[in-house]
Amino acid sequence: MSTNTIHAIYDDDEVLVNAAKTIHSAGISVKEVFTPFAVHGLPEALHTPRTRIAICSFIYGAIACSLACLTIWYFTVYDWPQDVGGKPSWTLYHNIPAFIPPIFEFTVFCSAHFMFWTLLFRSWIFPGVTPKNPDPRTTDDKFLVLIETDSNEVDKISRMLKETGASEVKIVSN
Amino acid sequence: MSLIYTISDKTKKILFAMMAIGVFAFFYALVRGIPGQRIWANLLVNIFFFMSIGLGATFYMAKKYAAEASYAIVYKRVYEAISGYLPVGALMLILFLAAGFLGLHHIYHWMDKNVYIEKLANGETNPLFDKGIAHKAAYFNPMFFWGRILVFFGLFILAQRTLRKRSLEEDLTGDISLYKKSITTSAWFLVVFGFTAPVIVWDVIMSVDTHWFSTMFGWYVLAGFWCTTMITILLLSLYLKGKGHLEEMNDNHFHDLGKWVFALSVLWTYTFFCQFMLIWYANIPEEVTYFQDRLGSFGYRPLFWIMFFTNLILPLIVLMSRDAKRNPKFLMIVGGILILTHWLDVFVMVMPGTVGANWKIGPMELGMFIGFAGLFLFVVLNQLAKVPLVVQKHPMLDESKHHQI
Repeated sequence: MSTNTIHAIYDDDEVLVNAAKTIHSAGISVKEVFTPFAVHGLPEALHTPRTRIAICSFIYGAIACSLACLTIWYFTVYDWPQDVGGKPSWTLYHNIPAFIPPIFEFTVFCSAHFMFWTLLFRSWIFPGVTPKNPDPRTTDDKFLVLIETDSNEVDKISRMLKETGASEVKIVSN
Repeated sequence: MSLIYTISDKTKKILFAMMAIGVFAFFYALVRGIPGQRIWANLLVNIFFFMSIGLGATFYMAKKYAAEASYAIVYKRVYEAISGYLPVGALMLILFLAAGFLGLHHIYHWMDKNVYIEKLANGETNPLFDKGIAHKAAYFNPMFFWGRILVFFGLFILAQRTLRKRSLEEDLTGDISLYKKSITTSAWFLVVFGFTAPVIVWDVIMSVDTHWFSTMFGWYVLAGFWCTTMITILLLSLYLKGKGHLEEMNDNHFHDLGKWVFALSVLWTYTFFCQFMLIWYANIPEEVTYFQDRLGSFGYRPLFWIMFFTNLILPLIVLMSRDAKRNPKFLMIVGGILILTHWLDVFVMVMPGTVGANWKIGPMELGMFIGFAGLFLFVVLNQLAKVPLVVQKHPMLDESKHHQI
């Protein structure tokens, strides 16, 4: 029993979302959808688990915040305490208002940048990597639904995809 | 359910009871012999707080037009109705200022003519002379003061009236040119508002502490009342939704409003902290008095920090997650608490400069807050009841109904 890959191409995002609903309710699992832009309602239609990138971002932010506090404490309190404008920095607590801007900036910097790198790693979309995208037209104006299935179901599924409004259904056998 | 909101007899009774509590609190204060200064200062807190919600709603309304935003159209009537309180609030504020000029109260020290006179008629030095205020004589010149107050409020009310009138007319005729005209009006209004709203804030609130000044103050107060406005819109639409109205308004719209409250709480904190940190760091006597009054011996310290940390931490923790912003109960509780702490913010702005250490949050303060809230809701609900709750003919209505985030 070999697995076959079906590429269904749609021309319109609204048709795509409706098709995704039909496909999901028919119990067919969709491997991936390639779209030129973020389509609203598509993740809900396919019941994709919610992204965990926000949790990652929170963790990065929390680590960065602690790290910034520690570093500032080390630089300005422990290692080389200074008196700046009548504000002797001999404790972190008494000078916290002055340290909040750098702590805040560092937190935002780290959570944003690490989130960005997490996304790149997770999706593997660095410059120079071979694109996973099977059809270059999905970077322009087409939407591609990728389904992996058993060979004996291919005909049934491709007929169904045509009915949902796919402009093109291609079967790629491995 | 129905598209038309009517104020039920029960609601009416509650609102009148609230207003009666306000009036009762006022007489209670008179009978108990609470100093007039404290009563007037408390009036200023409430008049300004509720007026600023009306002003904030006008600003939000204009912003929606100018940005040609579609997502808020299903609850357009809600913020329009809230903006309807602006004329009432502005009138009360103007009467309050006029009372100051007539010498009925002494909230604004600069309204006292004696502080500008250096030498008395007999050649002696005037003991009431105040060099700091005398320097600002040009700015506080009555003609200039009244000119700008009346012109600015006139422009605000004009914008509010025009936008509201066009919006109602549009519903009857479906004329799209009215919508386009409103975009132009709003763009002009936003420019005017951006320059004039901080000036209003200086004149009404910052001049209470006449010697003190801060360039951040206008934006700080503006961020505060913008946030209060969004909370009011959120709570009122939750209420209407709970009554079975606003059928088209779903979780996505509430999520949006929750995001507004979250974002503006952070903006408020940002402006607060910008002002606080620079003054704290520079430690210049003429600037630092403001925080000396609030954190020093007058006893505002607990209020001040409760107000600050609630306004920052509560939305930050509770409204961070997507699920919380889609949960009416969470939004209701957070909104309810935040509206009180933002009131406290205005309280802490006004009180130290007017009554100093003789402040108290007693039956009079609470009663008058309830009374003003009753008046505010009465005006707003009456505005709501006039017309269908959802706009009928707006070019972006359909887009707003299908709003999804």
